[in-house]
Amino acid sequence: MKNVRRIGFFVFLLGILLFTANIFLGSYKITPDLVRAHFDTSPESLDAGDTIANVFNDATVVYSAQNSAPFSDLISFNAALPKIIEIHNGLIRDLVYDVAAISEFDLASIYSFSLENEAITYSEDIIRNALGAQESKIKMLVDNTNWMYTDSKSYASVDEFKGVLNDKVAELNQDIGGAYRLYDDGESLLALNKVFITSPANSNTLLWLFLTFGLAVIGSIAYNLANIKLLGPAGIKNDGIYRDAISSRGWIAWVVMFYLVTFYVFLYFYPQYLVNNIILVNPVSQLLSGNPAGQWFLYGFMYCVAMTVMAVRMWVKYRHNAYQVVRTTVVLFFQIAFAFIIPELLVRFNMPYYDFKNAWPLDYDYFFDWNIENLMASGNVGIFMLFWGIILTALIVPIMVYFFGKRWYCSWVCGCGGLAETLGDPYRQLSNKKMWAWKLERWLIHGVLVFAILMTALTLYSFFTGATSMLGVQTYTIQKTYGFLIGSIFSGVIGTGFYPIFGNRTWCRFGCPLAAYMGLVQRFKSRFRITTNGGQCISCGNCSTYCEQGIDVRAYAQKGQNIIRSSCVGCGVCSAVCPRGVLKLENGPEQGRFGNEGPIVLGNNGFELNP
Amino acid sequence: MEKIVIIGNGIAGITAARHIRKNSNNEIVVISAETEYFFSRTALMYVFMGHMRFEDIKPYEDWFWEKNRIDLIFNRVEKIIPESKMLVCTDGLEINYTKLILALGAKSNKFGWPGQDLKGVQGLYSYQDLTDLEERAKTAKHAVIVGGGLIGVELAEMLLSRGIKVTFLVREDRFWGNILPKEEGSLISRHIKKHHVDLRFNEELSEIIDDGAGHVKAIRTKKGELIECQIVGLTAGVSPNVDFLKNSALEINRGIKVNAFLETNLPGVYAIGDCAEFDQSINGRRPIEQVWYTGRIMGETVAQTICGNRMAYNPGPWFNSAKFFDIEYQTYGWVMANLQPGEIDFYWEHEKGEIAMHVVWDKESNVFKGINVFGIRMRHELFNNWLIKQATVDDVMAGLNHANFDPEFFKHHEQNIIAAFNSKTGKNIVLQPKSWWRTILNQKA
Repeated sequence: MKNVRRIGFFVFLLGILLFTANIFLGSYKITPDLVRAHFDTSPESLDAGDTIANVFNDATVVYSAQNSAPFSDLISFNAALPKIIEIHNGLIRDLVYDVAAISEFDLASIYSFSLENEAITYSEDIIRNALGAQESKIKMLVDNTNWMYTDSKSYASVDEFKGVLNDKVAELNQDIGGAYRLYDDGESLLALNKVFITSPANSNTLLWLFLTFGLAVIGSIAYNLANIKLLGPAGIKNDGIYRDAISSRGWIAWVVMFYLVTFYVFLYFYPQYLVNNIILVNPVSQLLSGNPAGQWFLYGFMYCVAMTVMAVRMWVKYRHNAYQVVRTTVVLFFQIAFAFIIPELLVRFNMPYYDFKNAWPLDYDYFFDWNIENLMASGNVGIFMLFWGIILTALIVPIMVYFFGKRWYCSWVCGCGGLAETLGDPYRQLSNKKMWAWKLERWLIHGVLVFAILMTALTLYSFFTGATSMLGVQTYTIQKTYGFLIGSIFSGVIGTGFYPIFGNRTWCRFGCPLAAYMGLVQRFKSRFRITTNGGQCISCGNCSTYCEQGIDVRAYAQKGQNIIRSSCVGCGVCSAVCPRGVLKLENGPEQGRFGNEGPIVLGNNGFELNP
Repeated sequence: MEKIVIIGNGIAGITAARHIRKNSNNEIVVISAETEYFFSRTALMYVFMGHMRFEDIKPYEDWFWEKNRIDLIFNRVEKIIPESKMLVCTDGLEINYTKLILALGAKSNKFGWPGQDLKGVQGLYSYQDLTDLEERAKTAKHAVIVGGGLIGVELAEMLLSRGIKVTFLVREDRFWGNILPKEEGSLISRHIKKHHVDLRFNEELSEIIDDGAGHVKAIRTKKGELIECQIVGLTAGVSPNVDFLKNSALEINRGIKVNAFLETNLPGVYAIGDCAEFDQSINGRRPIEQVWYTGRIMGETVAQTICGNRMAYNPGPWFNSAKFFDIEYQTYGWVMANLQPGEIDFYWEHEKGEIAMHVVWDKESNVFKGINVFGIRMRHELFNNWLIKQATVDDVMAGLNHANFDPEFFKHHEQNIIAAFNSKTGKNIVLQPKSWWRTILNQKA
């Protein structure tokens, strides 16, 4: 059995190594045929696609002439690609500029008409008169400068008028050729990477899917199953947790953290570098939604795989504890079915991608205009989804928290919680138990909740009024800021990437606005509590140590008080690790839920002294 | 304002300090030679096994003491001078007091075995024991544990977690034979063996053999067998840590003699916890009680007295708990190793042999006396009420499902237990309907 575990470990490691190596495999080559096939989607007709393809080919030639170094591997290709795009966009501009741009001559003509009568006049007629038959230019100016017409706007001086118009024209000229331009954001770059790469992942996708995900899964499952025998009879097996480098912030923990954080940074901000691994999961994506995989599909797939493998570990580790077994199974089910498969299938049937269990404000962009518009444009299904989302947050969430505590969501349903409870379980002891951490927690998590509410209020204000800002605050800027700081950095990079350093619930404890909302309900209006069993506590500290939310459970238990804390996600591990049977998660009448409310418990007679 | 000095920062001393602070504005000084800050003695094993760091078994953060105006002094008291109400430490530091609480704790029993002071021979009680064991575990391959009780099994679990083989010598014919009835003893014995402990009954230590460098090399049993080992764990109980007081004015027997109010023969001097010995039996209990819970209750009680509410030690129904490797144990009331006159019992064991329940009651009055449970958690508050109210065994058995404290989704065994109980006793107990246990509690309270 020891050998099974050892082999399992090395097979797992090999899978991870191949997964990592796979990133860098393959070579890139930009050929005219590939370019044409990609951009010219309707070869039979002469359209924008032909122009883009031709210009892109030219741009590549220009770039190659300027740079003798080859750009056929991942790094050099992705260094070259943005530059080629820049050249492409320059060429496009040059190509159409002469025809489409408002020239100095055009401007002079407009000014001569405008200032004809000693006064400033600017109107559609003026434009038409000045530009004659140049319909495209006329349209551009009418569409973009009608707010400058003098029938509704006046200018203090000729210079002011000229200044405004000159600036606007310069801006419009900059944008000329927009339809032919290429963009260099992560997703666009990823799409081009897919076109020009030739790699093992590309030519032998299934084999490489097996060599990476396959080996990692087989290896880790073998490792975990071997533990059934190796760890001895079922029970709490936490031996050595504070001596292993992986679980006590040793060097392995730092390596894992570095790997995870790097992966997250690339996934969120530079997905083009993960092109090979995204290609790997193409067959799965095709199977589910019928579309090729993108970076988020890769993420969802990895998420499910990691949770499944680590759920096996949980089933083995807690096979004596039915609460843990059932909970792990349910949270895994919700991730795979609700967060992964169902949304992809919805897309296959031309319905909006939707995770039915993802509740606002965790799902912070739920009320963003594009989402609302998308749902409203999707017929009855979309309307149902829109109402479901509102009912989920407004009714289902608080009612369920009232009856069962927020655990029903955080450790039974939620994806973030699900990953924390499986992949993150080995790190649960690393949460900070100090008083200052609790103070920081309350400021941060409620701060994020307020941020989410204000951002959504602004979003809805913009949606209903059409205004792009309120009191000088741009809606779009706030949405972007929230998405970057909270949506990406906090919940992803720090929340998961720092598992091995800060513990597995950093996001859930310090950042999740939905957790904050449910926490308020749990603290003030709920039937949930962790009951302390009379005077049986021996203050050993296992409960506090293994509380992933950093609750000092012992502080309550040793006083005979029940534990009612807004942050408790009801994972049940405090109860599991307690050697004296002191803690029990339960739902009961609100009356008396705090238990012995006095500050002391005097052994058996505590009830006398503290009636 | 008085100056209360407490010697000893274990659970008894610290509980006293906290409660005096809660109830008074007195100056409080806690002196300890063991550690700077209070820690949970019962959790030392988890530090050794790597479940926790030492800082995790300190129930309060270090700022707690200053914030609560409890002065901690890390020093060893050498002498008490009651005439001048003064303590003298080994480094000459003098500390005066108006009231003194002795919470000195205990030390592992040594019964005069040859070689008992060799390096590698130790108990498991103090922080020093932990650091000693850490040091020895680095090289040790085999250990012998002497004394089949709670601490012995914990020590065995600790050593096994570091890959050290364990031979466990038990004087009786079963594990913890002076406390556990035969059935439970055999259940736990089986479980200990399942964890690959070489568990031997009716075996006693004869001598501990020196390797020539002052370190243990082997032990010899009374039957003459030689067992090589590098660690000898002495876990045959503990005795009050009172040696330095032997020639003082304090009245001392095995422990410091106290009355029911935890007062010693010297005015203003109290003794609590493991070091105290009652001059009378309290509620039929032993004169020296050395468990966590009693230390805590004594600390709470003496704090009341010191703050002007003179209170006798009245701990109520007995309770205790333990964990033997993977099997949790709880007990409420009294289940003696052997049935007492007039008592009758019922024992149920799950077919897999790791879950069990032992109930004892008075044959004549049917009054419930006590319960041992293994692998099932029970509600303390409910049993406490039953014991105080002298509920009948019928009431207790019918309420078993309300007393169950296992986590949700756990398999319940009450139906099987009741069926076995009915068939053994000829009674016809029916489990109370599954309603919320608190409503039961409120109705009966």
